Amino acid sequence: MWKLLQIELFKIFRRPRTYIPFAAIAAMILIIQLGLKFDGKSYLLLFMSSLSDSFYIPYSMILNGYLVAFVILNTLLIQVPLLVALVAGDMVAGEANMGTLRLLITRPVSRTRLMLVKFGASVIYTVLLLIWMAVLALFLSMWLFGTNDMLIARSNVMEQIGRADVLWRYIAAFGYASVALSTVAALAFLLSVFAENSIGPIVSTISIVIVLTILSEMKIPIYDNTVKPWLFTSHMLAWKGFFYSRSNGEGAAIPGSVENLPAILRSLGVLLAYIVAFVTSAIWVFNKKDILS
Amino acid sequence: MSVIVSVTGLSKHFGDLKAVNSLSFSVREADVYGFLGQNGAGKSTTIRMLLTLIAPSDGEIEIFGMNLRTHRKEILRQVGAVIERPDLYKYLSAYENLSIFARMSGIKASGRRLMEQLEQVGLAERAHSKVHTYSQGMKQRLGIAVALIHDPQLVVLDEPTNGLDPQGIADIRHLILHLSRHQKKTIFVSSHLLSEVELIANRMLIIDKGRKIAEGPSDELLDPAQTIVELDSIDPDFTATAIGRLKWQSFLRERSSGQFIFKMDKALIPAFIQDLVREGVQVLAIRPRHSLEDYFLSLTTANQHVEAFTN
Repeated sequence: MWKLLQIELFKIFRRPRTYIPFAAIAAMILIIQLGLKFDGKSYLLLFMSSLSDSFYIPYSMILNGYLVAFVILNTLLIQVPLLVALVAGDMVAGEANMGTLRLLITRPVSRTRLMLVKFGASVIYTVLLLIWMAVLALFLSMWLFGTNDMLIARSNVMEQIGRADVLWRYIAAFGYASVALSTVAALAFLLSVFAENSIGPIVSTISIVIVLTILSEMKIPIYDNTVKPWLFTSHMLAWKGFFYSRSNGEGAAIPGSVENLPAILRSLGVLLAYIVAFVTSAIWVFNKKDILS
Repeated sequence: MSVIVSVTGLSKHFGDLKAVNSLSFSVREADVYGFLGQNGAGKSTTIRMLLTLIAPSDGEIEIFGMNLRTHRKEILRQVGAVIERPDLYKYLSAYENLSIFARMSGIKASGRRLMEQLEQVGLAERAHSKVHTYSQGMKQRLGIAVALIHDPQLVVLDEPTNGLDPQGIADIRHLILHLSRHQKKTIFVSSHLLSEVELIANRMLIIDKGRKIAEGPSDELLDPAQTIVELDSIDPDFTATAIGRLKWQSFLRERSSGQFIFKMDKALIPAFIQDLVREGVQVLAIRPRHSLEDYFLSLTTANQHVEAFTN
């Protein structure tokens, strides 16, 4: 299995197009960091203008690496699924298009194993993309902006997380995001089985994610309890929950606490169920499929 | 000689289209087995079923005495194939492609072994060039190297000379003969060109519209003294019964729905017709084809006529 996985990873990382998402992420993060480095105060004023009349706001302390990373993740984790689809949607359809799929299937490897290995390679690619994002968004921001306590704006309160209490939350958030993005990878992977050209599954995945994200974000009561809880897109941003702490009697955040861990775990369960369903379906369809490409 | 490939009643339907229809044949050890048919006759579908790319609608395939359905992995370990175009990873070099497929075939091929294989197909000098810089002939040779890297006992080549220039065709022909004579490999090679197959195959199978037309040793099938005779009759079942009572049964090679195909000396045809009429067979047409080659060409020509009408 490991040998086959190595082969898949070798094929992925020898393709120039594999590096486009890495470059895109780097470009987006650097643009945000540069903007905040030179005009971060204006950005903060957008959110804190009402407070600035009554309180002294230490902008330079608030605008630290942790907050910048949070801003970047908020902005990018909506777009990154599209980049993941580029590779996952190509896994089977791309091979069919190149004509190499028929050669792979004539090797003494079961179709199920081949599919598991290909999905495994997609997940590794997704995780590497996130690690790259973490390095740039978190560690580069920490280096550029320094570290301090982190302020999180919620609907009606500002929450302060102690400097020593932040890093583990990022690790947890990135871990969660890797599962969320793997769900998108699994969807693209499933659609890839039906096509003989990677454009179709990539565009279909992006379209589905966009439509479902819009549905997840809509505030229409009839959907709130019926449809939304079952959409995977409703659970993709639950990583933010790691930054919401429980507060003590005086309203201060309790270090190491998470406000609603069961909700995060429930969301994680939904995403994992989607991954299992998508990948199982992909394997089932692929095992039945006549290879005519 | 032991039987390497045994196919019985193999069929594949795509909706109403019968791409392969009750096909049976066998390939023996060290055969260069020519699989002939015009384009669209069902050759590639049959080959894809032999290689588990397509699931048969009906029938059984045994390779090396094992059922393909239940022993897929063991069988494929000993099979190498080039299916239609030799598509490989264009962004990788020949060496890298070969290395990938060697590992996927379950063997640990050393760098030396990989280079030897590339040497055999004349690609050693371009081993590290990206495949997208290769000509069609070079890709074809690389495809064959990939098919041979794990030293398979059975080599399946689907139209291996497609798109090649005369020199490329000759090179592939020599390679096939070398593999058969010196390495004792069993070669199953498909083509739509009889002239090409007759130069290399010791046995051949001809199919048309998914059905077997003829199978046997090449020298027998291509014997110019023998004539292929097509018989069309009004009541095929009655005709079959009548033929069963006659000595002509032993000349019958194939029956496809309403048509019967015989192989006999040309001089016997008048007696054959007399016997049929005496037995009450209502003959619609009898078409003698002077040789298998003539017969094969007639299939191609007939289709060209149909295409000329429909285009």
